[in-house]
Amino acid sequence: MTDLHALETELLAAVTNASDEPALEAVRVAALGRNGSISTLLKTLGTMSPEARKEQGAVINGLKDRVTAAIAERKEALKQSALDQRLNTETLDVSLAVPEPPTEVGRIHPISQVVDELTAIFADMGFAVAEGPDIESDDYNFTKLNFPEGHPAREMQDTFFFQPKPDGSQLLLRTHTSPVQIRTMLAHKPPIRVIIPGRTYRSDSDQTHTPMFHQVEGLVIDTSSHLGHLKWILQEFCKAFFEVDQVNMRFRPSFFPFTEPSLEVDIQCRRDKGEVRFGEGDDWMEILGCGMVHPNVLRNCGLDPDEYQGFAWGLGIDRIAMLKYGMPDLRPFFEADVRWLSHYGFRPLDFPTLAGGLSG
Amino acid sequence: MMKFTLAWLKEHLDTEAPLAAVVDKLTMIGLEVESVADRGKMLAPFTIARVISAEQHPNADRLRVCMVDTGAGEPVQVVCGAPNARAGMKGVFVPPGAFIPGKNMTLGIGKIRGVESRGMLVSEFELQISDDHEGIIELPADAPIGANYAQWAGLDDPLIEINLTPNRGDCTGVNGIARDLAAADIGKLRDRSIRPVKGEFPCPVKVTLDFGTTPPLCPAFALRLVRGVTNNPSPAWLQRRLISIGLRPINALVDITNFVTYDRGRPLHVFDAAKVHGNLAVRRAREGESLVALDDKRYLLDSTICVIADERGVESLAGIMGGEATGCSDTTTDVLIESALWDPVNIAQTGRKLGIQSDARYRFERGVDPAFMLPGLELATSMVLDLCGGRASEVTVAGTPDTPEHIIDFPLQELPRLTGLRADPREVERVLGRLGFSITAGGKSLKVTVPSWRGDVEGKADLVEEIVRILGVHRIPPTPFDRGEAPRKPVLTPIQLRTRKAKRALAARGMLEAVAWSFIGRWQAELFGGGNPELALANPIASDLSDMRPSLIPGLVAAAQNNGDRGFANVALFEVGQVFRGDRPQDQFTAASGVRRGLAKPTGIGRHWSASDGEVDVFDAKADALAVLAAAGAPTQALQVVPGGPPWFHPGRSGSIQIGPQNVLGHFGELHPRALEILDAEGPLVAFEVILEKIPEPKARATRARPVLEFFPFQPLERDFAFVVDRAVNAADILRAAQSTDRKLITNVKVFDVYEGAGIEPGKKSIAITVTLQPREKTMTDAEIDAVAAKIVAEVGKRTAGVLRA
Repeated sequence: MTDLHALETELLAAVTNASDEPALEAVRVAALGRNGSISTLLKTLGTMSPEARKEQGAVINGLKDRVTAAIAERKEALKQSALDQRLNTETLDVSLAVPEPPTEVGRIHPISQVVDELTAIFADMGFAVAEGPDIESDDYNFTKLNFPEGHPAREMQDTFFFQPKPDGSQLLLRTHTSPVQIRTMLAHKPPIRVIIPGRTYRSDSDQTHTPMFHQVEGLVIDTSSHLGHLKWILQEFCKAFFEVDQVNMRFRPSFFPFTEPSLEVDIQCRRDKGEVRFGEGDDWMEILGCGMVHPNVLRNCGLDPDEYQGFAWGLGIDRIAMLKYGMPDLRPFFEADVRWLSHYGFRPLDFPTLAGGLSG
Repeated sequence: MMKFTLAWLKEHLDTEAPLAAVVDKLTMIGLEVESVADRGKMLAPFTIARVISAEQHPNADRLRVCMVDTGAGEPVQVVCGAPNARAGMKGVFVPPGAFIPGKNMTLGIGKIRGVESRGMLVSEFELQISDDHEGIIELPADAPIGANYAQWAGLDDPLIEINLTPNRGDCTGVNGIARDLAAADIGKLRDRSIRPVKGEFPCPVKVTLDFGTTPPLCPAFALRLVRGVTNNPSPAWLQRRLISIGLRPINALVDITNFVTYDRGRPLHVFDAAKVHGNLAVRRAREGESLVALDDKRYLLDSTICVIADERGVESLAGIMGGEATGCSDTTTDVLIESALWDPVNIAQTGRKLGIQSDARYRFERGVDPAFMLPGLELATSMVLDLCGGRASEVTVAGTPDTPEHIIDFPLQELPRLTGLRADPREVERVLGRLGFSITAGGKSLKVTVPSWRGDVEGKADLVEEIVRILGVHRIPPTPFDRGEAPRKPVLTPIQLRTRKAKRALAARGMLEAVAWSFIGRWQAELFGGGNPELALANPIASDLSDMRPSLIPGLVAAAQNNGDRGFANVALFEVGQVFRGDRPQDQFTAASGVRRGLAKPTGIGRHWSASDGEVDVFDAKADALAVLAAAGAPTQALQVVPGGPPWFHPGRSGSIQIGPQNVLGHFGELHPRALEILDAEGPLVAFEVILEKIPEPKARATRARPVLEFFPFQPLERDFAFVVDRAVNAADILRAAQSTDRKLITNVKVFDVYEGAGIEPGKKSIAITVTLQPREKTMTDAEIDAVAAKIVAEVGKRTAGVLRA
């Protein structure tokens, strides 16, 4: 019987000493394999008396269970230590930078962003977006808008012309987005509610003027809209666009050939080291022109001014972008300097919504 | 710009209102105040002084040492460099310690070339009252020594400049501005009516309006002679009036015309009668005629220009500027005074053509009061008699001032209809009345007669403007604007949606959005298939901004190169904007285009340790183009990519994207090396351009629900094939051949390897593809799979002559 004790001690020592999985397997085969020491002992049970078998069987099986468990335990320990060893060799320098995600590198131009902001604000008030061609006729750009031939008001807008046609007519680059008012009124019956963003052109170029710039125009035509509505819309627009609770606005009488009465609108602001803050201060800054659509313009579009009425307004997109986002100069808008675009541009996923905030 | 001073205004307006109230009210009734200058404060230290003696400076040829009587104690020694400094003259003195606005410095006591100078005699430029720095100011002999100069000259009177809108010809005179203010309750309009001057003899010079069969340019012309005048400098009050608004006094006759111009908005002209030969004709200039005008410049004239001529030739540019030869000087004894009406459009056109800005043009092109032609002449005549003496002739008039009565039917409801403002009818009548409108019927509708000076008032809407601007626009209540019952539908058109999606998609690929000029240089336009004469500007501001762009690529290439020149070689730029194929509206398209330069890969810009970096190539541009098309809603499955593109691309490294040969949506590729050279740009540079209008409209769907998703219970399986084909064979043809063998079973075919080199015959390449099979009814047997594979090999062989790689 002392044999079994010695055997157990010997086997457990061998298990403990097995330094890797193959060595442990050799121990297992030597003990539990077909001809292993424990298997051989188990075979002897057949030759024993039932009493002896009962007694010896329990003892030998107990030995077998303990050795088996020891092997399993040792096997798990060896596996863990092998893994640890492998992991020790598998290090990488995770401080190495990964490429910046393109969605963080790319930029939307401030003009596009502001057009999307304007669209969000006015779509909520029931306005659609209308557009028209950049190359216009004198008729749509001036005459139908009640600019009399030769009137000094035409001179207020330095116009780019194309070469005269054989019939004497001369196309031009639109000096404002207002010809789209004409196109809209000629194509659609009232009620009309549209905003008209787009490129416009005037042939002057200096520090504050560029030969191309962007305007957005609004037009409402129905049978009841009046200056009171216009005032309300522009107040709501300014609050929403500049993202402030209160904007003090000043409506001043002015003159545009295509509106009567005509108004200019100033907003109260404080100028501080080139920065403009709205809703405070006591400076006034002119931001837009507006008025009731001139009866002659309505007539020119086939609408009876005693039946239909409405209003229009126009403002510079580049200008309100500068006011809101603080670009000091207009020229760089059109220079595609990557430093400027990266700094003042917007990330592609910063989509302006009324729900999420216009400027994110 | 209309300029006047507060004191001048008060000549027409009886008011106690302070400057700030006047200025604020002017702006709020539509006479926008551009600036207010309170020069009394700035010019306080400047006094009137007399030069007692002026001796040559011992050490400088051009300097004089003057002893100046400042009226305060001992004479002061001043070193002066002005050529007109001389003994006995009166001028303007400033002591040390004073600020000199024109020099933006504070004066100190100094030694000039060794001689002490304790003050300064100043020029108008140094006071910033004009640009004149020819010499020091010379004052009349009666100017009081020691008096404050600004006060004496009327310069302490606040100067107000109004940015006058082009419709308000009536406010080119101080009296018109006063009328508006009086209507707005800032004081009371003073009666400045004019007493006519009786002529003592017939005007000896006859006037004819001679336009023949051409459209007349002068409705009426009045003229009178004053004999025996003395044309001295005008009296101090008149000089001060003119100086106070920045005009230079010349002589009494000229000063009177300038005064009436500003006081009443009525330009006049005076001829020295001795220099006029015979009678006057108002006519169109003849080709080749010219005139030296009062600004000493010679103007070449033509038949679009209206002139006043005597028997010798042209003497005056009608309504714009008189001629030098017949101008009035201190020797003038007989003067012809002209007051006329001119065609405003013609005046504007002539002024623009000749490049003359004059006070007369400013008024005539806005339209003067036709009924004031004769009163203006009477006012000028009486001033001439007062200031210069002489005897006036009768007035001779050619033509007739056209002053038809203009009555507007004005329903009171028009005011609330257009503005939402409800006002007491008495208020409405009072405002119109004070502005000079007369009302001949009351009740719900007024009959309103428009005064002669308000030619800009056409109809009801103009009267509404008159009423609201005087009552105050602030009284219009903001009224909530109901968006109504209209359904909440998307408001953007398909092209607008495509445009905004295209922009976001390209920015999401790491590109920066540029906004470039819509016009480019002719050579750039021609290089990119443009340069049509109908798209060339007649008046470009620069030769590189002369033609409407046929493509966005030249602008983007230039921008990329500019960035490269600034040290940013690796840039990815895009633009979504208009391109022009012709000058009709339907010839304008929306292009989405981009360029990548240097190492500006979609996976990252610049060098990177991970080896994902490298130079941009044609496949980057292809990926950009396909990405923007997909984002803008193009049917990606239907897009075909065929080799080659327009000539500005590298012929072997470019492609076109189309849906059948009839609808080419765009192109991509490396730019042609010759194009880069012409554009003066350096590569590597790839570009793409797609036209968003070319994307077919998707079919309208009845429901927003997606089609039912089909799951298959059997696993898909993949089989790989490597084919050896000629180099010229397109990989896409191999894919198409494989796909075509069983469109239902084969759900995907992709190229996973391309190889040329060792082991492959020269002129050939190996293309390895993987084919995905999706069994639908049962698991496939090996025999079935082998059969499909054999069909694929056969079909690829048939279509491309490809053979399985050994």
